[in-house]
Amino acid sequence: MFKYIKQLTSFVAMVAVLFAFSTEAMAKKSKTLKNTQKKGFVRCGVSQGLPGFSNADASGNWTGVDVDVCRAVAAATLGDANKVKFTPLSAKERFTALTSGEIDILSRNTTWTLSRDADIGLTFVGVNFYDGQGFMVRKSSGITSVNQFKNGISACTNIGTTTELNMRDFFNSKGISYEPVAFEKADEVVAAYDSGRCDTYTTDKSGLAAQRTKMQNPDEHIVLPETISKEPLGPVVRQGDSVWEDIVRWSLNVMIEAEEYGITSSNADSMKNSENPAIKRLVGAEGELGAAFGLDNEWSLRIIKQVGNYGESYKRNIADTGILPDRGPNQLWTKGGILYVPPAR
Amino acid sequence: MNAKVRKIIPQILTLAVVALIFGFFTINAQTNMENRGIEFGYGFLSQESSFDVQFSLIEYDGSHSYARAYLVGLLNTLLVAFIGIIISTILGVVIGIARLSPNYLIERSATFYVEFFRNIPLLLQIFFWYFAALRALPLPQDADAIMGVFFLTIKGLFVPRFVWENLDIFLYSILAAIISMIVIKNYARKLQENEGKQIPLLYISLGLFIILPLLTFLVGGVSLSFEIPVIKQLSTTSFVYEGGLGIPPELIALTLALALYTATFIAECVRAGIQGISKGQKEAAASIGLTPNQVLKLVIMPQALRIIIPPTTNQYLNLTKNSSLAAAIAYPDLVLVFAGTALMQTGRAIEIVSITMFTYLSISLSISVLMNWYNKRIAITEK
Repeated sequence: MFKYIKQLTSFVAMVAVLFAFSTEAMAKKSKTLKNTQKKGFVRCGVSQGLPGFSNADASGNWTGVDVDVCRAVAAATLGDANKVKFTPLSAKERFTALTSGEIDILSRNTTWTLSRDADIGLTFVGVNFYDGQGFMVRKSSGITSVNQFKNGISACTNIGTTTELNMRDFFNSKGISYEPVAFEKADEVVAAYDSGRCDTYTTDKSGLAAQRTKMQNPDEHIVLPETISKEPLGPVVRQGDSVWEDIVRWSLNVMIEAEEYGITSSNADSMKNSENPAIKRLVGAEGELGAAFGLDNEWSLRIIKQVGNYGESYKRNIADTGILPDRGPNQLWTKGGILYVPPAR
Repeated sequence: MNAKVRKIIPQILTLAVVALIFGFFTINAQTNMENRGIEFGYGFLSQESSFDVQFSLIEYDGSHSYARAYLVGLLNTLLVAFIGIIISTILGVVIGIARLSPNYLIERSATFYVEFFRNIPLLLQIFFWYFAALRALPLPQDADAIMGVFFLTIKGLFVPRFVWENLDIFLYSILAAIISMIVIKNYARKLQENEGKQIPLLYISLGLFIILPLLTFLVGGVSLSFEIPVIKQLSTTSFVYEGGLGIPPELIALTLALALYTATFIAECVRAGIQGISKGQKEAAASIGLTPNQVLKLVIMPQALRIIIPPTTNQYLNLTKNSSLAAAIAYPDLVLVFAGTALMQTGRAIEIVSITMFTYLSISLSISVLMNWYNKRIAITEK
């Protein structure tokens, strides 16, 4: 009988633990911010390694423009841009990780589409990189335009992305038969394409530029000029916590607006004495912007000081690393690009 | 409290707790999905999938439904499992017998093979065959023809395609051959039992099996021609073969890795089965005048099979389940197509994972049932 009692106790203990976990998950009002401050770090989902966007170096330090969004949120909510726990996710895992509550922000070069936004319990908060799908081929193939593709071409790509759908639309509209070879991880796509398994490699153009740097001889490959789709990439949060959604959205917006007003990580403190009220609001010297989120008034100043403005982040991660020196559409609207954010006031 | 009740109460309690846990998980999942605005339902299966698949046994493209995409993945999984099981069984039996060979070289080589392949993780072997071994293959334009018509390249193995005329007549003739073989086998058994005479059954069966289908070519109007793959230029440096049948390198690598890996375990089952039969059986059989072939066929194997079949069933199940590693090398199996791309495009994680789990369960149970039936058939009938 003693044996049964022991078994029974362990069962009861198990059930008790399960219920303890569930009260948190079942709570009607999500408290992401509160939980984040209690844990002391922001839980952020990133890629498994995409130079310029989210990539870990040998000592485990994450860098990239996607990474900087999470760092900005950490700076705003916890006061320290380094208080982020990064979770590398495959394209397949990313949304499940977010909806199941394993992470609180998904900042992983994820395309904003209607079905993702509406269907699967997600909310896109903005765009931190305007991208489009392109094709990479070997220089030696002599191909300089997608119009030279012929029937029977084999194309390597990732599964679980919008790429697979765009590729089909593109080849169908051109009436070209093709062989899709879809891998689960980007590294395997690159390895397969690099060894000659596929004639072309297709994904977002930024991804192509980044992956090219990983190839044996980057100079032997070119990205074709055509862009076959719109891929606005941006951070995603779970549906149902509008305050958290606003914090992430405005952390990104602050970075972009800071660039617009010329506020950088080095001059942010001195900007407190600026004549311009818009600048003063951004560095927390005027107004009560943080109160709406339950944050203090220096939240935006910390983002700019610790992470920098969007331009600094782009330069550090994408331009200086030689991935895409030209900002293209990811330039401020005042300088001919399409980066335009609502005013922080 | 009597002993019976004492025995039953803990069981009821356990059952109740298990039911409670399952119920809790279901309710928890439901509540959370509702909170997060995730819908539940299988309606998406009839929607247009809008993605293509590299390799399919049935007609499929993105204009078909998700249900069809599921079928494509399922058939691809079954294909790998089927080919893998056949190759690994043949290889396993050969290696298993070789392990018992009196020839030192053969015995050592077989032992080396088993120890080598079963001690390296399967995923690593799949990567090896795909990235290392297959990548060493030539580009299409550099490939030499094997026997003039086969081309083994980095883009796959291109073989001639059969072009049949009156294929149905040919298939009927094979059916007729099989039926007459069964009739003759029964007749031969009766002859043996009643009169003790033996007829050369093997030669007669083989003759029937070859001559009947062959006849249809001469008189039945059946003809067979081949469509040989032809190289085609896509650009200055990229080529591909057209016509014929292209077998993707992903399929070859996966099948090869699965078969070589599983064969080691089957070989051990075979060796154990044969060694499990006592020497006395063999000596007794020889002493009543059976030839060595007859000893193996009539005395050793029927007994050894009883030991071999159950663990081999496990290996078949393992092979089938391991085929889900296909996702790593882009072979479009059930996991890659359905639990991968389809899951991502629809976001229906719970629905798709549950369907996939149920599918693997069904495949495994079917194999079990089949093997158990075979095991029963060859088991000793005890009175």
